[in-house]
Amino acid sequence: MATTNEITLHGIAAAPGIVIGRAFVYKKHIPRIEEKAIPLEDVKKEIERLRNAVIRSEKELQKILSFAEQKIGNSKAKIFEAQIMILNDAVLFDSIYKRIEKERKNAESVVHGEITKYQQLMLNSSDEYMRERAHDVEDIKNRIIRNIQEQKLISRFEGGSIVVSQSLTPADTILFSRNDILGYATDMGGVTSHAALLSRSLKIPAVVGLKDITSHVVPDDFMILDGYAGVIVINPAEETIANYKRRSKEMSKFEHRLNELRDLPAVTSDGKEIELSSNIEFAEEMRFTKSQGSHGVGLYRAEGLLIGRDTFPSEEEQYREYKSIAEKVFPNKVIMRTFDIGGDKVISQSYEEENPFLGWRGIRVALDRPETFITQMRAILRASTKKNIWVMFPMISSLREVRKAKELVAQAKASLRAEKLSFDDGLKIGVMIEVPSAAVLAGEIAKEVDFLSIGTNDLIQYLLAVDRGNDIVSQLYQEFEPSVLRTIRHIIKEAHKNKIPVGMCGEMAGEPVATVLLVGLGLDEFSVIPTVLPEIKKIIRSVTVKEAQKIAAKALTFSTVEEVKEFLTANLKRLSPDIPLPE
Amino acid sequence: MIEKEVVIKNRAGLHTRPAASLVKLAAKFKSEFFIMKDGFEINGKSIIGVMTLAAEQGSTLMLKFDGEDEQDACAAIVGLFERGFDEA
Repeated sequence: MATTNEITLHGIAAAPGIVIGRAFVYKKHIPRIEEKAIPLEDVKKEIERLRNAVIRSEKELQKILSFAEQKIGNSKAKIFEAQIMILNDAVLFDSIYKRIEKERKNAESVVHGEITKYQQLMLNSSDEYMRERAHDVEDIKNRIIRNIQEQKLISRFEGGSIVVSQSLTPADTILFSRNDILGYATDMGGVTSHAALLSRSLKIPAVVGLKDITSHVVPDDFMILDGYAGVIVINPAEETIANYKRRSKEMSKFEHRLNELRDLPAVTSDGKEIELSSNIEFAEEMRFTKSQGSHGVGLYRAEGLLIGRDTFPSEEEQYREYKSIAEKVFPNKVIMRTFDIGGDKVISQSYEEENPFLGWRGIRVALDRPETFITQMRAILRASTKKNIWVMFPMISSLREVRKAKELVAQAKASLRAEKLSFDDGLKIGVMIEVPSAAVLAGEIAKEVDFLSIGTNDLIQYLLAVDRGNDIVSQLYQEFEPSVLRTIRHIIKEAHKNKIPVGMCGEMAGEPVATVLLVGLGLDEFSVIPTVLPEIKKIIRSVTVKEAQKIAAKALTFSTVEEVKEFLTANLKRLSPDIPLPE
Repeated sequence: MIEKEVVIKNRAGLHTRPAASLVKLAAKFKSEFFIMKDGFEINGKSIIGVMTLAAEQGSTLMLKFDGEDEQDACAAIVGLFERGFDEA
C-alpha cells in the first residue's frame, strides 16, 4: 500500500463549499528600504517618483474603498477612507518633499522615516484603539513604498488556487476575490471575522482559525478545503480526493434542492410551526440570512460594534445600527443580546483575569457599569418603535441579576419618557440560559421574563466543566451528553409551564443530529448560523410532532453519549436520508 | 495669534471620524492651526498628526490659531468641538 503524507487540519467553517486545488501561500509584502543618496540633478525625478506613487496608491485605495462599500457597508469601509486622507495630508507630504530636496535622499527612505515617526507615537500609546490605527498607518506606508519601488500589488496570480495565509485583511479578501480564487484558509480569524463575512458574501469557501496552516503548507501543495466542516487536507491521497469529490457533488446537489425550500415555512409534517431564525453580528449579514430563508434573527450579537475600539459606541451610533437591523428584519423580529463582553471577548486591555469564563463578563459587567448598560438599553428602546425588537441578557446566574437588569431597563424607559422619545413600551425581555445555576432556576426566572433562550455553547462548557478551546479536554465537550439533554428538557418544560416561549441560539440548534430531538422536546425557536438554515428546515419538515416526541423521550432514556448519538443519527438517516452527514 | 482651550465632549473621543471632520474644517482657513496636548504640538491640518493625539472624552486640548482669518477659524473649530463633532 502506498504511504501518503496526508495532513488533516481542523479550523472554523467560515464559508460553505468544497474546493480542491493548489496552495497559493500569501505573505504580506514587507518592502526593503535602503537609504540612498540622490545626485542633485535627480532630485526632481525622485520627487516625481513619489508623486506618481501617491497617485497610484490613491487609485488602489479608491478601488478597494468602493468595492468595500458595496460589500461591507459604508461605516466599515471608513478605514480605507482614513487611509486616503493620509495620502492627501499636505503637512505630511510637504515635510517629506522638503526633506528629499534638502537631504537628497531617496523617496522611500524619507517616506519610511517620516511616517514611522507618527506610527511610533501611536504604538507608544496605552490606548488599544490607537495601536490599531498604527496598523492602518503601516499599511499605507507600505503601500506608498511599494508603489515608489514600482512593484505591482500581488493581487493577481494563477487562477484556481487556494489562498493560504496567516490572516487576511478586508482589503486582501476583496482584492484576491477578483482572481479566480478557489478558497481561503487562514491561521487566524473566527466565523464572525471580517474576512469570514466577506468570503460568505463573495461565495468563496473559507476555513479560518486553523492556527498553524501556514507552517504546514508550502507553495503549490495540493490541498482540499471543506468549508462545510471546517477541514483542510494537505497532500490528500487519491482515495481522500475521490471521497471529497463525491461529497462535494452530493452537497451541491443537496444545496440545489434546498434552494427550493427557501420560501417554504419551517413546519413539521403535521403542521406545527417552528420559528427558524439566524444568529448575526452585523447588519450587513441580513442579506445572506434572508437568502437562506430565515424568519428573523434569534441572536444579534452587539459586540460587533466594539471591534477595534476600546470605548463604547455612543447611544446615537448604537441606535443607528440597531434601527438599521430592526428595519432590515421587519416584519420579523430580532432578539438583541446586550453586550456580552468578558470571557473570551475582552474589552479592556488593562484587565486580565485568571479564569475569564468564570469572571467579570456579560450581565455582571453591565450591572457594575449601569451607565453603559442604560445607554445601550436607551438605544435599543429607541430603535424598537416597530415593535419587532426583543432584548435578552447574557450570563444571568441568579434572580437578583434579572431583577436588577429589569430595573435598569425601567430607568432607561423613564428617561426616554421624560425626553418624550418614543419606544416600544411592551418590549419583550428575556434571559439567556447559559449558566447551570440559571438552568436550575429556569422556572423562577421564567416567571419574571417574557422568554428564554438557551445558549448551549456556554451552558455545555459550564455544565461539563470543559473548556472547548483547550485541546486536551475539548473532546469531552459533547452536546449529546445525557446530562446536557436533561438540562435542556428541564429548561423547556419550565418555560412552557410558565407559558413563555423558549428558543436556542447555541451551535446545538444548528446541529442536524439534534433537530428532531429538540422539536420533540418542544423547542419553539431555533436560531442558527445562516449556512445551516436550509438543512435544519428540511429536517423539521420531515417529522411529525408526535414522532419527534417519541424519539426525544427515547433519547432521554440513554445514559451515555454514544448511545444517544447512535440512536439520533439512525433516526435522522431514516427520516431525511439525503442529509449529508460528516462521517 | 489666538489660543483657546477646549474639552473633548463626544464619548468616543477624537477617533478617526472626528479627526477627519476637524482636518477638513481646518483646511478651509488660511490660518495656521496647531493643537497642543500633554506637551506635544501637532499641526491641526494634518490627519496623521491629529490621529496621533489619543484624545479621549474629557481630555483638554489647547488650540492655537495664527493668520489673517484666525478669528473665524477659531470660532468654527471651537464650535465643532463644542458640538461634540456632531456625534452624540
